[in-house]
This record gives sequence, C-alpha cells and structure tokens, in this order.
Amino acid sequence: MSDCPLSISQVIDPSTSRAEQITFLEKLHRWVVTVDHKHLGILYILYSTFFLLVAGAEALMIRIQLAYPHNHVLSAQVYNRFFTMHGTTMVFLVGMPFLFGFANYIVPLQIGARDMAFPRLNAFSFWLTAFGGFLLYYSFLGGAGLYGVGNAPDVGWFAYAPLTARSFSPGHATDYWALALIVSGFGTLGTAINIIATVISMRCKGMTLMRMPLFTWLLLIVSMLTLVTITPLTAAQFMLLIDRYLGGHFFDTQAGGSSLIWIHFFWIFGHPEVYVLVLPAFAIANEIIPVFCRKAIFGYPAMVAASVTIMFVSLSVWAHHMFTVGMTSVSNAFFTLSTMLVGVPTGIKIFNWIATLWGGRIRFTTTMLFCIGFLFQFLIAGLTGIMLSVSPWDWQLHNSYFVIAHFHYVLVGAVVFCIFAGIYYWYSKATGRLMNETLGKWHFWLFAIGFHITFDTMHCLGLLGMPRSIYTYQPDRGWSFLNLVVSVGGLIQGIAVLIFAYNFIVSYWRGEVAGDDPWDAWTLEWTTSSPPPVYNFEEEPEVHSRRPLWDLKHPDDPDWEYES
Amino acid sequence: MSSMPVSHPERTVEWHLPSKRRVGMTALIVGESAIFTIFVVAYVFYMGKSLSGPTPAQVLEVPILATICLLSSSFTIWRAEKAIEDDRMGSFTGWLGATIALAAVFLRGTALEWKTLIYQDGLTVNTNLFGTTFYSLVGLHATHVVVGLFLLTSVFIFSLFGWVDSRQSERFGVVALYWHFVDSVWIVVFTVVYLIGR
Amino acid sequence: MQTLRAQRLIHRGSATAWFLLTSSMLIAQGATPSTLAPASTPAHQIFDLSVFVVAITGGIFLIVGGLLALTLYRFRARKTDPLGEPAQIYGSTQIELAWTVIPILIVVVLFLTTARIIFAIQDAPKPHTALDVTVIGHQFWWEFRYPKYAVITANELHIPVSSDAAPEATFLKLTSADVNHSFWIPQLAGKTDLIANHVNTMWMDPKKPGLYLGQCAQFCGSQHAMMLLRVYVDTPEQFDAWMKNQQRAAPRDSTVEAGRTVFEKQACMNCHTISGTAATGRFGPDLTHLMSRATLASGAMDNSPANLRQWIKSPDTFKRGALMPAMQLTDEQLNQVTAYLETLK
Repeated sequence: MSDCPLSISQVIDPSTSRAEQITFLEKLHRWVVTVDHKHLGILYILYSTFFLLVAGAEALMIRIQLAYPHNHVLSAQVYNRFFTMHGTTMVFLVGMPFLFGFANYIVPLQIGARDMAFPRLNAFSFWLTAFGGFLLYYSFLGGAGLYGVGNAPDVGWFAYAPLTARSFSPGHATDYWALALIVSGFGTLGTAINIIATVISMRCKGMTLMRMPLFTWLLLIVSMLTLVTITPLTAAQFMLLIDRYLGGHFFDTQAGGSSLIWIHFFWIFGHPEVYVLVLPAFAIANEIIPVFCRKAIFGYPAMVAASVTIMFVSLSVWAHHMFTVGMTSVSNAFFTLSTMLVGVPTGIKIFNWIATLWGGRIRFTTTMLFCIGFLFQFLIAGLTGIMLSVSPWDWQLHNSYFVIAHFHYVLVGAVVFCIFAGIYYWYSKATGRLMNETLGKWHFWLFAIGFHITFDTMHCLGLLGMPRSIYTYQPDRGWSFLNLVVSVGGLIQGIAVLIFAYNFIVSYWRGEVAGDDPWDAWTLEWTTSSPPPVYNFEEEPEVHSRRPLWDLKHPDDPDWEYES
Repeated sequence: MSSMPVSHPERTVEWHLPSKRRVGMTALIVGESAIFTIFVVAYVFYMGKSLSGPTPAQVLEVPILATICLLSSSFTIWRAEKAIEDDRMGSFTGWLGATIALAAVFLRGTALEWKTLIYQDGLTVNTNLFGTTFYSLVGLHATHVVVGLFLLTSVFIFSLFGWVDSRQSERFGVVALYWHFVDSVWIVVFTVVYLIGR
Repeated sequence: MQTLRAQRLIHRGSATAWFLLTSSMLIAQGATPSTLAPASTPAHQIFDLSVFVVAITGGIFLIVGGLLALTLYRFRARKTDPLGEPAQIYGSTQIELAWTVIPILIVVVLFLTTARIIFAIQDAPKPHTALDVTVIGHQFWWEFRYPKYAVITANELHIPVSSDAAPEATFLKLTSADVNHSFWIPQLAGKTDLIANHVNTMWMDPKKPGLYLGQCAQFCGSQHAMMLLRVYVDTPEQFDAWMKNQQRAAPRDSTVEAGRTVFEKQACMNCHTISGTAATGRFGPDLTHLMSRATLASGAMDNSPANLRQWIKSPDTFKRGALMPAMQLTDEQLNQVTAYLETLK
C-alpha cells in the first residue's frame, strides 16, 4: 500500500531477463564503476576473502617451517618476509576491508537510507584500499623477483625504527610497506568519514541515535575511532619516508633521534586499531545473538555506553605494548591501570550477551554456533589480556608466543568467528540464497577444533620462553612437540576454511532460496527483498522503536511501549 | 504486511538531521588534526635535542605579517560566507578574492622564509633534528594551505563566470570550515614553533 | 543438544588441557628458558604474582564460562516450546550496576597487587656490592662489559650466584649499537629492551648455580632467531677463576705465529679485538678468550675447531645474514688462523 511506510513490494526484480542480456564485459564494467554501497560492500568482502586465503597460506608456511626445530623449509629471509606479510595483510587487507565491507552493505539498509552519504567517495576509498593491497603484494615481484620472495617487507608488521632506516633495510622492501599502507590508509579514512556522515545525517524518520541497531552504533563508533587511529600511523609512515628519502632524522639515533618515538606513534595507532577490528565483531554479534535466541538485546543503553567508553579509554592504553622499553615505574603502573579498566566495559558486554541468551530460545544454526564460539573465546582472550596488562608478568610474556596466542584468540577467535557468523547471516540478504547448513557445521567444528589445538597450545609455548618472530628454534629448548601440535591445528583450520570457501562460492548458484527474511529478524534490512532493489527502499521508512520489524510482526506488543 | 500501529505520539515530530557535508568535513578535520598532532608532538619531543647545527633561536624570525594575513583571511572568508548566504554575489567575489590574496601573501612569506633558511642559514631537512621537524610540520601546514588555496581559487573562478549563487552556500560553507581549520592549525604551529620553541 | 554438549565439552576440555599442560611444564628440566621455573628474585616475584592473577582470572573464567554454558544448555530451543516469542526483557538497572561495580573492584585489587611488584622490581635499591655489567646489543651478538674489571666479552655471560648468606645481585645496563634488541633469560628476570641512544637497567640475583638459557626477544633483522644467550651462574670460586682468566691478555703461542699473522694481515682486526695484540676492532665480538665459550656465533653452533673453521670460511653456512663476511681465505690460511684462535683460551 502506498500509505504503508514500510513497503516491501518489489517494483523491479533485478534478476529479470533484462539484466541477463548484458555481456560479461559490460557486467565487469558495471562492477568497476559502481558507486552503489551494496556492490562496493560485496567488492570489499570478496577482496578480503581473497587476502584471507593468501595470508592464511602464509601462516601455514610459517607453521610448516616451525613444526620441527632447525627446519629448512623456509630460509630466514623468506620466513621474515612471510611473517611480516601475514600480519600486515591480515590487519590491513583482511580485517579492516571485511568489516568496512559489512558496514558498507548493511548500515544504509539498517538506517533506511538509499545509499551512503558520499557514493563516489565510497568507490574511491575502495579502490584506494584495493590499490594499496596490490602495491603491497607487488613487492613480491621486486628485487630478485619471486625467488627469495622478492622485495616483500621483512621488518615485522610493526616495522620498528631503526631497523627500517636505509642503513639497516636497504632496498625497497620497507618502502613498499610504508607506501602501500599510506595509500590504503587514505581509503580507510574516506570510508570512515562516509560512515559517520551517513549515520549522522541520513537516518530515516524516527530513528534517533538511541533507536539505531547496535551494529550501526558500533560502526559509527569504529569510524570515529578510525579517524584518530589510522592517521597517527600515516603520519609516522610519512616521517619514515622523510628519513629514508629526504635525509630526515626522525628516527635516526646517530643524529639524536629516537627509536622510542616510532614505538610510541606506532602503538598510538596500533592499540586503538585492535578495537577498530574487534568492535565490528561485537557489532555482528549484537545483531545475531538476539535473533537466534528470540530476545531483544539486554541493556541496550548500557551496550552503547560501554562501547563509547571503550572508544575513549582505548586511546589511553597504548603503552602496554611497551612495558619493556624502559619506561618509569609510574608510567608502567598507569598503563597497567588503564588497560585493566578498559576490560570493564568489555566484560560488561559479555554479561549483557549472557543475559540476552538467558530466558531465550536458542537456535543452533551455523551463524549462532560461530557467535557462541566468539563468546567463549572472547572471554578467554579478555582474560589473557588482563594477564598481559599485569606489567611485571608482561616483562616475561611480551614478544613471546603467549602474546601471539592472545591476539590470535581475539583476531581469529573473536573477529574471524564473527565475520564467519556475519557471512552466514547476511549472505542470504546479499545473494537471495542460503549457505548450506551441513557444510557450515563441518566448517564450524573443524575450524573450532583446529583453532583450539593451535592457540590453546600456543599459550604454553610462551610460558616456556619461546619468543616470536623466530624462523627456527633450538631442539634443546623443550618447544619441539608443542610446535608440532600448533602446526597440526593450523592445517585443520586451513581445511575448514577451504570448506567455507567452497560453500561460499557454490551456494550462490545452488543454495536454497532465502526470501526476504529467512531468520525472522527485526531490523530494517530484512524488510527489503533479497537481494534488495538498487534503491533499497521505495519510500523512506519511519520507525518508532529499536526493532521496527518486531513492531510490524507484533502490533499488539510493540517495542516502543517498553523502550525508555 | 500488517499496517503500523494507528496512533503514535511521535508521528508529528519534525525530523532534522545535521548536514552530511558539514559532518563529513568535520570528520575529515578530526582526522587531519590527529596527523598534525603527531607532527607537533615530534617537534616538541625533539626541541633542544639537536646534536648540531642552527637552533631555532638563531635562525627563526617570528612571521608576524604572514600570520596576521592568514588569520585575517578567516575573517574575510566569514564575510564571504555571509555574502553568499544573502545572495550578494558581488560582495562574495570581493571577500573571496581578499581571502585568496591574504593566503597568497602568507605562502609567499613562507617561501621567502625557507629561501633564507636554506641558502643563508644552511638549514635543511637533513641538517639536524630541528631541520627535520621544522620543515615537516610547517611544510605539512603549507601543503594544506595550498590545497585550500586551490579550492578557493576554483570557487573564485566559478563565481567570476557567474556560476555561483546562494544555492551553493552550504557547499561553500564546507570549504570555509576547512579554511578555518587550516588557520587554527597555524595558531598551534605558530605558538609551538615561533613562540615556545625559540 | 548433542551439539551443545559437544560445544561445552570442547571449550571446557581445551581450558583443562591447557591447565594440565601448563602444570606439567612446571617440572623444570635443567637449563630451560621456561618462565615457570624461576631462579632469581625478580622472576620469583613475577611468578608468584602470575599465580595470583591466574587464580582470579581462572575464577572469573569458571564463573562466567560456566554461566554461559549453563545458559546455552538450559535455554536451547526445544520442540516442546510454546508458540510465539519468549518474554522480552530489555534490561535491569540493579543487575547492570552490580556487574559494573564488581569488575571495578576486581580491577582495584589486581592493580594494587601489581603496582607493588612493579615498584619492588623496577625501583629496587642497588646494593653497593652489586656486580655491574653493561650489555650492548649488536646484530646478531651480545657484547658484555664488566667496567670494574676492565673485561669485555661476548655472547656468554658469567655472573655470581646469590645465596642468603652472601647476597650478590648483578645490575645490568643495557643499550644497543644498532637496532632494537631485548635481553631475556626467563628463569632470571623479565625481559628488557636494548635501544640505541638510550640506557635501560635491570637486575637479577640467581639463587642456584648453573646454565640459564635465553635469547633476543625483539625482532632485530634476519638472524634474530639465532641471537641466543647463555648465562652461567657461577659459585664465587668459579666466578673468580673465570674473571681472572678474562683479565689476562691473550697468550702468545709461537707455534701458531702463522695464524696470528693471517689474522692481523687479513681484515680480521678491523672488526675484532684480541687484547695484547694489534687487533682492536669493535664491530665484532671480542675474541681474546674465544675458547672459553661453549658456543660460537651467539649460540648458533658448538665451539669446535671444525665449526670455527667453517664459520670463518663461510658464515652463511650457519647464520645467513650475519654481518661477518666470508673472508675468502685459502685452505692453508683457514687452517692456520683456526689453529691460532684455538689457543685463545
């Protein structure tokens, strides 16, 4: 009806024969020049999935090399390039694009808008990010070419000065690292600006900030955080290039410069960056958990407040990555305290999720299984984070495999698990088909088992004194058996991801047709067709509560009677 | 699908959201402020730490004229904003031209200062920590002035052709916001480099 | 249901497995770089603190994790559920306040306990009898200087044991000649970074004589993995004997004159020092008492004549990326110089 604000009727079905008449080249052209947020969202996700497989392969090579002491699968130089590229790729070319891809696709739909605030900026930002990634990987072809892995960066993903100075890193490996990330950093900045402007200025009628879905809220917070997170890294990388090419002395210890200032600048970026990566994981969980336990999120205002608190406090904890550089005891104590404090709002979120589940009716679909894995694993990750915040203990654990275990628990156990959950959830919206549940369960169980075999064991290696960034280790250290176990777990995870990739691709053609709202959900994106029409909404929706579709489905018991 | 609940108290509430252009530019300004902050921190951290070479006190002269020009340009651009909102396009072009002229004087001042520093005092990026941090910070700011000048000149040329009127006042407001940001950064840079650091 | 039980089992099982593995590693096996076998006051204090932290975080894990597992089990969707949706609960101020306040209190307790240890270790007063050692990090070896004894050595550190009757702390000053490194002997203390242009300090007072293992813990370039550490904690007699030996100049053995000439005529002396000779290079390790070390190239291989000869012939064999170039010596020169170096006990 034209007077019904939430119209779901389809005017144009995108899969009509008119669409099928265009040639392949024309289709490709449309994808390259698109400014539509849904297409760009899909491009981001395809891009990140590709690099997930590449960086995953790098990780498997690392694990094969470390499976035995004094192994000779990779030389020192090649290994150092692989672990640098693995970390850099996963953070910048997998984590961030995946999460901004989700944001691009879902945020306008959730707020009842037709597109992002600046569609052309959106496209430009994607292609900048993409170009940055290709530049980074082009480094493999530099120098001596693919043999010896070319000129790929080999200074670790945090590229500490003065190792990155011309004298210690001749050639262009470090330049590839700096330039590729500067370029993709501008892309990230553009997307962040776009999301902020979209969320603040383009919400549909009635959607006050406190009625937005938590996914959108968290992506707003993430985007605001990104503005002051990526930019310090860009600034530091400019300084590095000034040192390397214009004879600057920012990090030149011979001229009185300081290596410490790089470390500070890097971690002023690096710590909030991990919140940029994990908050979207929370965002995804906030959407999925209520739908699959059939209850509204418990304590929405507290969730918003906790997230905003995390945004601010996370800017004050960076030096917990630097407890061993020789800061004063007072500084160490301060950063210990601030780090412990940031754990409080984070912990509160876990309690809110448990309270959401309590009294619900939990459906264990693949999507929900990944979210449950996220809950357990994020709890453990948070607790090992508390352990690391205890600075004297960190003096032992810093730069050891305990830290690697901790941050993979967060980045894989929380972020990747939620990314998988989100893909199984919103795949139906983007493609109109459901991913296969049986394959999904195989994916989940294999991945979870492999994950635990690898990363639980890895904590022990750290406690046993194994440092990170080493291409091999002595047989008399007592680390050999555990390293083999860790590597086996990695292979299991690899198999799981291949199952996922197969499911992801094949379901596009063979998946069960999904319909508009296969999960019986409550936010605006489920009122559109799957996939949505190019204009998203025929008329601008008007909402009166946090769950507009719940209100429609339960006119006798709408949410707005209960929300404050 | 079923229809909406019949009566709801909020149905008659007006719905106004901030302008997306202003929000976008504000977000950009926040990001740029972070970049500038890092360069300022580096400058402050390295104050007095150069191992050799000219010191700020020896070679820096306080750029009073250039600063007055740049800060006045915030006033002239504000007048231009008011003019375009009231559709007084002649006045607008005049005030915009004045802004551009003042910015050009500022840039000329910077260029002359650098010429003196490089050729007379022998201070380059390479010379010492002061050289590195000074040229980076002031240069970063000057780059932003150049970008702003490019934006302002484009609008000026458009207005000479008669293509600009009050319908573009919001867009011009966004450019002006950027320009005010550039001026505020100069206040910080000026204070840190020429007042505190000397 | 089976799904859920399996779920719970995996998560609980993995946590238990971790705990068991960790506890089994508590059995120290001689020289080990394990943080779970502390042998010095800072390492002990850290270990005790860590046990307290694990107790608290372990408790939190059991309570919260248990609650989560219980919730998943109890509120799983069942075919016998009534139609419609369950009761929607939007929040509860009292509960939310409680679970904000309690974590803050836990943080206060953890922080105060931790702060005490931070100050105890970092700001420990230096006894006037303490041994001073300066550690300088290089790519990819360690330089150790004993200022009071005018001794410079490399890669293998000797320090005296500390007993309750005769406490003997060693205070280290750490800096770097090039990039960042980190000195880490887990059994003796937490790690401290070596940074150019910046001096850090740390201390340890090992309680038992023996060999303690560690390695560089800050990525410093291609052979970071082979920048190993050996710390020998000596009894007072052992330490005196070792120090006296280190203080002697290199013995002059006329049977290896040829080797000595090779050493001085080839570029060796540009990088290495052998006290009592013309070789005063500082770029590479001091070789005056090379044969008093158990390993070569900072732990890369055992100190044997064959290894030494091969190292001089081609460092890439053992440590590709080490900054020592292959010296392009003839076989005869290699034999001679190796024989010479073998006399530097």
